[in-house]
Amino acid sequence: MYRIVRREEIAPSVTLFEVEAPRIAKRHRAGQFVMIRPLESSERIPLTVADTNPLRGTVTLVVQAIGKTTIELCDNLGVGDSLATIAGPLGNPTHLGLPGKPDDVLGTVVCVAGGIGAAPLLPIVRGLRARGHRVITILGARSANMLVLEAPLQASSSELLVCTDDGTRGHHGFVTRLLADLLSKTWADERPIDLVFAIGPPRMMQACSEATRPFEVPTMVSLNTVMVDGTGMCGGCRVTIGKETKYVCVDGPEFDGHQVQFDEMIRRQGMYVREESRSLELYREHIETGCRAVPQAAE
Amino acid sequence: MPTRAHEPRPRGHDDLRDRITHRNDFKAKERARLPKVEWAEQPAAIRIHNIREVPYAYTPDQARAEAIRCLQCKTEPCANACPVGVDVPVFLHLVAEGDFKGAIREIRKTNILPAITGRVCPQETQCQQNCAVAKVHKDLGFAVSVGKIEAFLADWEREQLGIELPAIAADTGKRIAVVGAGPSGLTCGADLRRLGHAVTIFEAFQKAGGVLVYGIPEFRLPKAIVEAEVDVLRRMGVTFEFDTVIGQTVTVDELFEEGFDAVYIATGAGLPYFMEIPGEQLNGVYSANEYLTRANLMGAYRFPETDTPVLRRDRIAVLGGGNVAMDSARTARRLGAKHVHVIYRRSHAEMPARHEEVKHAMEEGIQFHYLRAPTEILATQDGWARGVRVQVCELGEADARGRRKPIPVAGAFEEIAVEVVVEAIGNGPNPLIPKTTPGLEVTRHGTLVVDPKTMMTARRGVFAGGDIVAGASTVILAMGHGRQAAQAIHEYLQAA
Ligand SMILES: Cc1cc2nc3c(=O)[nH]c(=O)nc-3n(C[C@H](O)[C@H](O)[C@H](O)COP(=O)(O)OP(=O)(O)OC[C@H]3O[C@@H](n4cnc5c(N)ncnc54)[C@H](O)[C@@H]3O)c2cc1C
Ligand SMILES: Cc1cc2nc3c(=O)[nH]c(=O)nc-3n(C[C@H](O)[C@H](O)[C@H](O)COP(=O)(O)OP(=O)(O)OC[C@H]3O[C@@H](n4cnc5c(N)ncnc54)[C@H](O)[C@@H]3O)c2cc1C
Ligand code: SF4
Ligand code: SF4
Ligand code: FES
Repeated sequence: MYRIVRREEIAPSVTLFEVEAPRIAKRHRAGQFVMIRPLESSERIPLTVADTNPLRGTVTLVVQAIGKTTIELCDNLGVGDSLATIAGPLGNPTHLGLPGKPDDVLGTVVCVAGGIGAAPLLPIVRGLRARGHRVITILGARSANMLVLEAPLQASSSELLVCTDDGTRGHHGFVTRLLADLLSKTWADERPIDLVFAIGPPRMMQACSEATRPFEVPTMVSLNTVMVDGTGMCGGCRVTIGKETKYVCVDGPEFDGHQVQFDEMIRRQGMYVREESRSLELYREHIETGCRAVPQAAE
Repeated sequence: MPTRAHEPRPRGHDDLRDRITHRNDFKAKERARLPKVEWAEQPAAIRIHNIREVPYAYTPDQARAEAIRCLQCKTEPCANACPVGVDVPVFLHLVAEGDFKGAIREIRKTNILPAITGRVCPQETQCQQNCAVAKVHKDLGFAVSVGKIEAFLADWEREQLGIELPAIAADTGKRIAVVGAGPSGLTCGADLRRLGHAVTIFEAFQKAGGVLVYGIPEFRLPKAIVEAEVDVLRRMGVTFEFDTVIGQTVTVDELFEEGFDAVYIATGAGLPYFMEIPGEQLNGVYSANEYLTRANLMGAYRFPETDTPVLRRDRIAVLGGGNVAMDSARTARRLGAKHVHVIYRRSHAEMPARHEEVKHAMEEGIQFHYLRAPTEILATQDGWARGVRVQVCELGEADARGRRKPIPVAGAFEEIAVEVVVEAIGNGPNPLIPKTTPGLEVTRHGTLVVDPKTMMTARRGVFAGGDIVAGASTVILAMGHGRQAAQAIHEYLQAA
């Protein structure tokens, strides 16, 4: 089950996995995610589905190795291996129309991807284009070698703007800068920006939402809270949207960026920093010494 | 490996042998006066450092000697009060005679999970509630220990013989989809398989058991036991599809398109309620569901050997007074918390938790704060919980259900300093299935409406039971629904 049929390093510490999961491949819509456990001992972690191939019955995941679970996944699993769990598709599909307008009203949508955010953004870009919207994609990363999925984004967007923090490719600077430029340039245009999607690190999504706020351009962000089940039964993924509590896994993962309490969400993401670094430390020791230096548990 | 510990050296063993030898000589009056066979428990000071089961198992002699106390009442008040109608006097008689195999067969006729129900049934409000022996003593504590003997028999069978598979009827060619592998879904699936139908159980998580594996802690119900019972279904030829969220991965309508002839929905009541007081978004605040799922299903009590963490801090508050609150508090103690505070807005007398759980919790050094209604979770500067502010209450008039309501004492507040807060104030049904399945009828509590006889929902061929119908209830009631639905589905399929 859940066999890995393709694996590719697409950037430093970023690995693409194509995994057999026919039911999920058939049902998945842009914006939805899956919960996976790489190994039997693993934590359940959410990952966005970047692509599907319903004919092959596969889904594509793009994973950034940042902690124990993702590093262990990228270190250990290759073609022919299987994931212990992949459950989904979870969350709501992206609404691919303009907010508050009938579906057949077309417009200009700016899609902003920060780093690995390109993966969840790709099916949204494709979906929007398939509906006939004009899509300007802004793809940013720290450095040229960290840009992911540039080619498919280029192919599916009406226009692609690239930027890097260090100027090694495209514009020199943050995605927010490009976004702000676009907003002010088109402000008085005949074809103003109708909608923005921003997906990437929380601070980047927050900055994009702040950039669009004065222009009153609706801005959707995809939140990445800590999750356990992904089906609405633990409440661990709760966030405050406006004044209301919402569960990212069942009410989201996309929300109106102008309503999201980002500072609170970012704080909650750090709830296990101590435990996570301990876990990673032990894993690294294990890699180095070949034995897992884990204290004997109580049973 | 035996899954169950026995007390190192049972006390008073010679008396027990004596009782067994002379079992047929007792007159009813003498019988009713025989002392109850007490079981030993892991001492609190030791058990808070491990997650092993708290009570020790009966030995075979202890079980026999206890069963001899049964008066074999013709009216069977015990069997009548068991939601699945286990024939208690019959199996107790067989135990008294030493025919353990016969006894467990008798139980298994109506109860496929005896190792589980024997441990987690609230016997004091079910089979043991109207026990004639308790009546004689005018003390419920003297009821024949039906649950304890039931668990003994199931353990004995599993360890000595291996669990016996029930007979399975010839294939009917009908296929049934069961949604949710909790006690209700497992029971329904097993019964339908027994009748010769092909059964597939779809489960959202990676493991079967529902609350039995993610909620009820290891020290009350060892997971190896749940696994062994689930394995019986597998050996009977029931198919499991894990990691499948019905409504998301596949809808109920698609199950019919895939060729299933009927669907049983047993998705439980897994949606956690929060109190909706300020401070719930702080770091360190959990629902009991999340806290227990991390600890149990994901094995966080063994972190970092396992990957899923749960916060281990010295001081923790559990809000609520039910069984889930007791489970959370006792789990916290085993996760190393030095001070565990249970905060409950009514008094000890109104507490809904089982008496035994409260007793265990108190022995384990858990502190109870009665008549304290949480009003706010207090924050540190960097957004972590640092305490709970509570409103001091007093008991007012009884409400319509006879429970006395807590009335705030004007201006009286206290603060309890803690680093972790677990809210255990109840669960509701998850709206996922009703949301994605057209044609179901839902109550204002979010539970599914069914015909009480057939357990059929407003949609033909779609049945439901367990907590998704009853709201948060009990393992055995959920199983009772499963049985009832299996029978109804069988009849429905034959008529179809
Ligand atoms: C809806 C959603 C979609 C996501 N899509 C992707 C994706 O397509 N590609 C990708 O690389 N990452 C994605 N993530 C983030 C990914 O889940 C985390 O990077 C991963 O869980 C980190 O686990 P770890 O053990 O490797 O790292 P850890 O060291 O354990 O954690 C690093 C950080 O990741 C977050 N995290 C930890 N555990 C969890 C958890 N159980 N659930 C959610 N977040 C957690 C925390 O903020 C933590 O501080 C997504 C997250 C969400 C909520
Ligand atoms: C902490 C705790 C302690 C308890 N202690 C006791 C006790 O000591 N004694 C007692 O009698 N009762 C106890 N209860 C209550 C008892 O556990 C429940 O009444 C019982 O488990 C209900 O059984 P069920 O089969 O209806 O649902 P559940 O046990 O909740 O099982 C439902 C299953 O369905 C799965 N599911 C949900 N949605 C979907 C979906 N869309 N697709 C696929 N699968 C899905 C869930 O993952 C779960 O495995 C306790 C409850 C809790 C929470
Ligand atoms: S199933 Fe529960 S209620 Fe019924 S006899 Fe056994 S312990 Fe008692
Ligand atoms: S009520 Fe008590 S004494 Fe009577 S048959 Fe049942 S268990 Fe035995
Ligand atoms: S992840 Fe548990 S409720 Fe969302």
